[in-house]
Amino acid sequence: MNNDKTKRLLLGDEAFALGAINAGLSGAYAYPGTPSTEILEFIQMDPLAKQRKIHSAWSTNEKTAMEEALGMSFCGKRATVSMKHVGMNVAADPFINSAMTGANGGLLVVAADDPSMHSSQNEQDSRFYADFAMIPTLEPSDQQEAYDMAKYGFELSEKAGIPVLVRFVTRLSHSRADVEVDKNPMPENSLHYPARTDQWVLMPAMSRKRNVSLINDFAKLQEDSEASPFNFYQEGKDSSLGIIVSGIAHNYLKEIYPEGIPYPVVKISQYPLPVKLISKLMDTCDSVLILEEGQPFIEKKIRGELDKNLLPIYGKLTGEVKRDGELTPDLVKSALLKIKGEECGLKEKDLKAASEIVTPRPPALCQGCGHRDVFQALNEVLEEYESPKVFGDIGCYTLGFLAPFNAIDTCVDMGASITMAKGAADAGQNPSVAVIGDSTFTHSGMTGLLDAVNENSPMTVIITDNLTTGMTGGQDSQGTGKLEDICLGIGVDPKHCRTIASHPNNIADMKKLFKEEIDYPGLSVIVSRRECIQTARRKAKQK
Amino acid sequence: MKTDIVLAGVGGQGILSIANVIGLAALKENLYLKQAEVHGMSQRGGDVQSNLRISDTPISSDLIPFGGADLIVSLEPMEALRYLPYLSETGWIVTNTNPFVNIPNYPEMEKVMTELAKVDNLVAFDMDKVAKEIGSPRSSNMVLLGAASPFLGLPKEIIEEGISGFFASKGEKITDLNLKSFEAGRIEAEKFIKGKAFNV
Repeated sequence: MNNDKTKRLLLGDEAFALGAINAGLSGAYAYPGTPSTEILEFIQMDPLAKQRKIHSAWSTNEKTAMEEALGMSFCGKRATVSMKHVGMNVAADPFINSAMTGANGGLLVVAADDPSMHSSQNEQDSRFYADFAMIPTLEPSDQQEAYDMAKYGFELSEKAGIPVLVRFVTRLSHSRADVEVDKNPMPENSLHYPARTDQWVLMPAMSRKRNVSLINDFAKLQEDSEASPFNFYQEGKDSSLGIIVSGIAHNYLKEIYPEGIPYPVVKISQYPLPVKLISKLMDTCDSVLILEEGQPFIEKKIRGELDKNLLPIYGKLTGEVKRDGELTPDLVKSALLKIKGEECGLKEKDLKAASEIVTPRPPALCQGCGHRDVFQALNEVLEEYESPKVFGDIGCYTLGFLAPFNAIDTCVDMGASITMAKGAADAGQNPSVAVIGDSTFTHSGMTGLLDAVNENSPMTVIITDNLTTGMTGGQDSQGTGKLEDICLGIGVDPKHCRTIASHPNNIADMKKLFKEEIDYPGLSVIVSRRECIQTARRKAKQK
Repeated sequence: MKTDIVLAGVGGQGILSIANVIGLAALKENLYLKQAEVHGMSQRGGDVQSNLRISDTPISSDLIPFGGADLIVSLEPMEALRYLPYLSETGWIVTNTNPFVNIPNYPEMEKVMTELAKVDNLVAFDMDKVAKEIGSPRSSNMVLLGAASPFLGLPKEIIEEGISGFFASKGEKITDLNLKSFEAGRIEAEKFIKGKAFNV
């Protein structure tokens, strides 16, 4: 370690955040989402970021965050935007179009994928987004690369004049390790504007021109990948098999071969794919195994749709590597055993049997949580109706689906409770109830509410307001103190925009109000409010 | 040296504090460390675990392979059993025996203890009771850390420095209570270890 460096213990998320600060970051934008949340939280607490007044307030959703970051990049400063993988769906419009505008100041878009769905509704792989947007991707394999790639990524983004996607996965985001970090941070960029301004106005005539240059520039991005310090070819003595490995999967391969990997390896952490490195491996080896965390992105590219390759290719599509869930060292080992048998130098271990008495322990709403009171009152009111439907949303209150409440029928994406309840009301469903949290409401619920206002749809929206973004650990919620005003401003009838306190002592009043509004044959919004027990406790401790 | 630890418990019990203290100690010793944590939905009263690996040579994987853990350290007895396939042949389980019952179908406690007793290398006692006796009911996690400390491959004083560092912002009294809890856990564990060999 040289004198300009010091060691710190950091989560993957934090390592990237510190790397960005030390590389002259001017603005960080995000909406909370596991496993990406800690990136912005770290920047909010960092002394240098505070001293430099680096922007780090939460945005209303991932789309607004992405656009704010793009605006900062337009002005020549370095910006990050971070989100969980499904946040990419919300930010997809500005993300795809930011390839067309390009970047001026370095712009890094962090998508944290969640294979195994520890805290998510699907396993989508963000590399596909970058691929069709023609945006380069960095995929750190460990915490040190997460730190180093912030500076590298800003430089790549400024040199290529395009945003760069940084793909995290849960195991890297939420794993801590010792990281060598710089003692001397770089200065921020000064304000300066794009040399070419026409490509920032995406009218068809300009876009057509820019599209050609984007396609032509792709060859340069390819060359960058071939020469990337994060991509390499590693010789191996047994060329009967070659291994292509990306991101964190590289660690699992090294783990099962502590004495060195016997097969030639291409390690990939920068995309577009380094095709020369891959060709070299394919020319050298008799067969190929592809190890990647997430969906079979590299495998599909290499295999092609016709699957008439010169060499056997093993991976998730052929079943040697488990298709769903995250990778582990054991799954990498089992893939090699399936292909090579004990010739691969590995052995199955005798394991202690799992104990049969162990029962699942699912998460539950906290004792003292206001969502509990909402579900209790709502369930008791809805008992009187023949087939009530409750459309749920994303947050702690999704746990209302589980026993003992079994209170919601759907949970799809941020804000879908309101719009699905409206569609159901359109179909003749009665009662049609939406249950949504305060932060999810401002994220994506408000716009749908306008649809319901415009048609006075016969439905009831319950905003269960805990004054925070609870599930991700209690970040500021954009609607705090403004929810009723927002609803009235959108046009909800003031007589049917009502507020009540969520509390076990208040169940009778909650039931009365819920029933009145469910029986009203038009749109009602009920704000049922009680501070999150977790944030309330934390505040009490700080006093 | 290389120690692979599965830390287990129920969301909210405080296993991450244990991980953080060990992390501070490992960094002081200039060791390599990797620690995979669980954040998000499962923290709400569900089962949680953290893979903690410390070594004097670089560590590749953030996750411990099956049969690879030297230690399962658990704040809850049934949670200790959940990770048995990760325990190595010579590995130890160090666990609290006071159950955290927040599910309707929690197994009979007798059965849990019978299952635990099948493990050759076991340190198991009521750590909440020990913490209460010290007058610090909330520091059972430091009792557990004390009980696990002989197996970590880290000098005792360095772990104690880690505790002092971790609780520094909470004042001297709380730091002392946590150090006392650590010491009590360590002494209690020695009764289980006596005469048994273990590799660190």
